[in-house]
Amino acid sequence: MSEAAAPRRKRRRTAVGEGPMTRAALLTAAFVFLVLILIAPLMVVFVEALSRGLGVYFNALAMPDTLSALQLTLLVAAIAVPANLVFGIAASWLIAKFDFKGKAFLVTLIDLPFAVSPVVSGLIFVLLFGANSLIGPMLSDAGIKILFAVPGIVLATIFITFPFIARELIPLMEQQGSSEEEAALSLGASGWRTFFQVTLPNVKWGLLYGVLLCNARAMGEFGAVSVVSGHIRGQTNTLPLHIEILYNDNKAAAAFAVASLLAALALVTLAVKTVLEARFAGELAAQRRH
Amino acid sequence: MTAAAPGAAQTFRWRRRSVLPGFGLSMGYTIAYLSLIVLIPLAGLAISSASLGWTEFWRIATDQRVLKALQLSFGAAMIAAIVNTVFGVLVAWVLVRYRFPGRRWLDAAVDLPFALPTAVAGIALATLYAPNGPFGAILDDWFNIKVGFTPTGVTMALIFVGLPFVVRTVQPVLQEIDRETEEVSATLGAGRWRTVTRVILPGLLPAILTGFALAFARGVGEYGSVIFIAGNLPYQSEIAPLLIIIRLEENNYAGATAIAAIMLVISFAMLLVVNLLQGWSRRYFGHV
Repeated sequence: MSEAAAPRRKRRRTAVGEGPMTRAALLTAAFVFLVLILIAPLMVVFVEALSRGLGVYFNALAMPDTLSALQLTLLVAAIAVPANLVFGIAASWLIAKFDFKGKAFLVTLIDLPFAVSPVVSGLIFVLLFGANSLIGPMLSDAGIKILFAVPGIVLATIFITFPFIARELIPLMEQQGSSEEEAALSLGASGWRTFFQVTLPNVKWGLLYGVLLCNARAMGEFGAVSVVSGHIRGQTNTLPLHIEILYNDNKAAAAFAVASLLAALALVTLAVKTVLEARFAGELAAQRRH
Repeated sequence: MTAAAPGAAQTFRWRRRSVLPGFGLSMGYTIAYLSLIVLIPLAGLAISSASLGWTEFWRIATDQRVLKALQLSFGAAMIAAIVNTVFGVLVAWVLVRYRFPGRRWLDAAVDLPFALPTAVAGIALATLYAPNGPFGAILDDWFNIKVGFTPTGVTMALIFVGLPFVVRTVQPVLQEIDRETEEVSATLGAGRWRTVTRVILPGLLPAILTGFALAFARGVGEYGSVIFIAGNLPYQSEIAPLLIIIRLEENNYAGATAIAAIMLVISFAMLLVVNLLQGWSRRYFGHV
């Protein structure tokens, strides 16, 4: 079946459908709802950020506290995303390419962090490494600081973004099956070569989107990081925590200026997703045609 | 070798043989990393709450302030999930069935709450719905509805956060529904309303319930987008995650742990419900 003919045929079949009035009413309702709930908050970020003029905007971005928060945010994402990338690839290889008992249970366990409140995610690391815990005093005797320091922020971020890449890859790899890998192996390729030259190219776009989503969440995480960071200005404040401090200090324009950076990151993430999906659709259709 | 079940002809095999390499490596790495990052820290919470003892746990859990906070978190999440179920199905329907200019961009916008940091959404919503904000002022003057710094504000933030869960679970199922059954229903004389409610919606039900449960579970634990718009008054507009943070700042670890344990048990129950729903959906409708 050719891909181009399918939509045209669908359009001709609208004999069963809503009348033009109902259609217009449903479209309007959905549109108004999305504008009020999603689009307006996004617009407000940029409007408020520029409300005091470009001078205030760039001053807020150039503040030493903003720069150190940006640095910390980039550092945390640079550790958390690759860590979860390696895990995501290992877990999806295991789940998509092998059949074993307890697979469904393992998938549920991987999803666990999605079900945990961000604040509770932070709390579990406070309980684990805090002064009252089993290992807390040992660590502080050894001079290792985890809570209210960078390692704690990294751990909480890894926990929060744990399932993102695996979730993106598992369904994709399952859908692709393993016949191509079996062919490569039977032609004498090694396991690693099969992975890098057959599996990885097949999932690269899904992988990229998973990395982007994971990164957006890692840079934007607030609740969990807020619990473990200790809010030390210039030291353990990430960008979202810095936004909170500016906002509570009645520096709304500066808060929104910093927020506009993260909003821009979100927009880039969504734009790449939209482009990839368009490309995905083309590639999948091409695969089916062969 | 033990038999999997009495009377089963097949002998038990832990995994099916495969020519692909890397089972041991990927299994080992997955289990080790999962244990270190997720299972051990969560077990720590379980041990901490178990060491509280039942009477102490019960005393904290039935504290008026804790009860009110839990009530607000669960109540607001429930209302927000209901609103999102109605509008999420509507948005999914419009995106799947209708063709209009800008559809792709509207479709992309649905994912905004996934990508936008919660703190950013929080200050934006607070600015919009504050009593002197653009939307807050209109709602207050025209309808006498106060949103900012009230439980209604909490619900508003949770609607923002939960919307994509419903849309993204309903959308793919709606896409795959065979339109021929609708045609059959129409040729048999059913009106459009009857076709939609009796033929299409029952098939969507598992997806709708899954989306509802996911949006609800997310809303219960949500913190960042809520605290700016909530007002955070004890007994009135204080959500449970905020109370955990307050207890931690008071160095009251037992109080924080008990509230966290209650929330965790309920979210895991929700996760179980979602899994059961998906299993049910797969069995009876052939899709996730």
